[in-house]
Amino acid sequence: MWTFFHKLGSPPWLYAISGSILKYLLPATLLALGVGMVWGLLFTPPDFRQGDSYRIIYIHVPAAAVALAGYYVMATAGAISLIWKMKMADIAMQCCAPIGAALTFVALVTGSIWGKPTWGTWWVWDARITSMLILLFLYLGVIALYEAYDNKAAAARACAVLSLVGTVNIPIIYKSVDWWYSLHQPASIKFTGESSIHPSMLYPLLLMIAAFYALFACALLLRMRAEILDRERRTGWVRKLLEADAV
Amino acid sequence: MHPVRKQRLYLVLFLVAFSSIAIGLVVYGLRGNINLFFPPAEVAAGKAPLGQSIRVGGMVVDGSIQRSEHNLEVRFELTDYAATVPVIYEGILPDLFDEGQGAVASGQLNADGVLVASEVLAKHDENYMPPEVAEALERSGASPGGNSK
Repeated sequence: MWTFFHKLGSPPWLYAISGSILKYLLPATLLALGVGMVWGLLFTPPDFRQGDSYRIIYIHVPAAAVALAGYYVMATAGAISLIWKMKMADIAMQCCAPIGAALTFVALVTGSIWGKPTWGTWWVWDARITSMLILLFLYLGVIALYEAYDNKAAAARACAVLSLVGTVNIPIIYKSVDWWYSLHQPASIKFTGESSIHPSMLYPLLLMIAAFYALFACALLLRMRAEILDRERRTGWVRKLLEADAV
Repeated sequence: MHPVRKQRLYLVLFLVAFSSIAIGLVVYGLRGNINLFFPPAEVAAGKAPLGQSIRVGGMVVDGSIQRSEHNLEVRFELTDYAATVPVIYEGILPDLFDEGQGAVASGQLNADGVLVASEVLAKHDENYMPPEVAEALERSGASPGGNSK
């Protein structure tokens, strides 16, 4: 187990393995996104109260779910970077932040667009929405903090601490609708018991959530590969790779 | 595991635990302020401040909506099944505002305990289903919005 873990710290190995993973993961992700989108937007019945406007759920819920999960990926990479001083973990943490920020932004914007016709307002300072806005600021904070340092090791340490402290926010976002009176409704998909969303609407939603997880993985690996090449551009293995490509 | 790394692992665990406790206490201390609205029971118990803008949220009582014939004024009652708060509002209501559905009204309580609302928002519940299923549920006597908060 430890050999695999230590191999992850090797840039050429990680570059090679991520390349072979992406070869299958990327087409599968695009297929799942396409099928889920068409299924959800065109082939599901309208909702009995909201009509067609509920269809934004097929973007909103997956984006929000992966924005939360992505934060744990970033914080875990941060913890590994703090404990083992592994450069590849620094890169993973740094590459998570913009993807997570984009997903959080998408969740906030789609929620706002849905909120206007449903609730009657674009924005309300309820617990779920405010804690989600804090998540966006945490992601942006990690990006800004990383850029604020010239020394990459010091930047990684500061970002790791920030992202670990920020993990407190994730259960708060998740449970906010149950702990406090909020305008945002509680979760429709339940891990225990029957979901309060009809199966004909649920299955495309689950497919979209899976597709967004895969999209996160693809985006993360692609960013990491670019960052690895950038940092290792003066090393022998990158030169060899480029020469092999040029031939 | 190398002792230095083990030490750093404990440091990371301490960091997460300590910040969780700190923020947990802050959130616990502010819990009253994090609620978006007062339920009618708390308004009836006098917990909501008078002469200050507040939000009251609950279910719109069946048959309580009275629209004025001359202007946009509408009266309805909000309930949490423990107490009800009457609301007066003048303006356009959201499409999803309806009897038996959740709503949040913001405004001030007047001397008679009526909420004079300046804004009314519809609160959607977590139930999603096609219209046919909702009709079938209605026919069988079960309410489609049954377990909403």
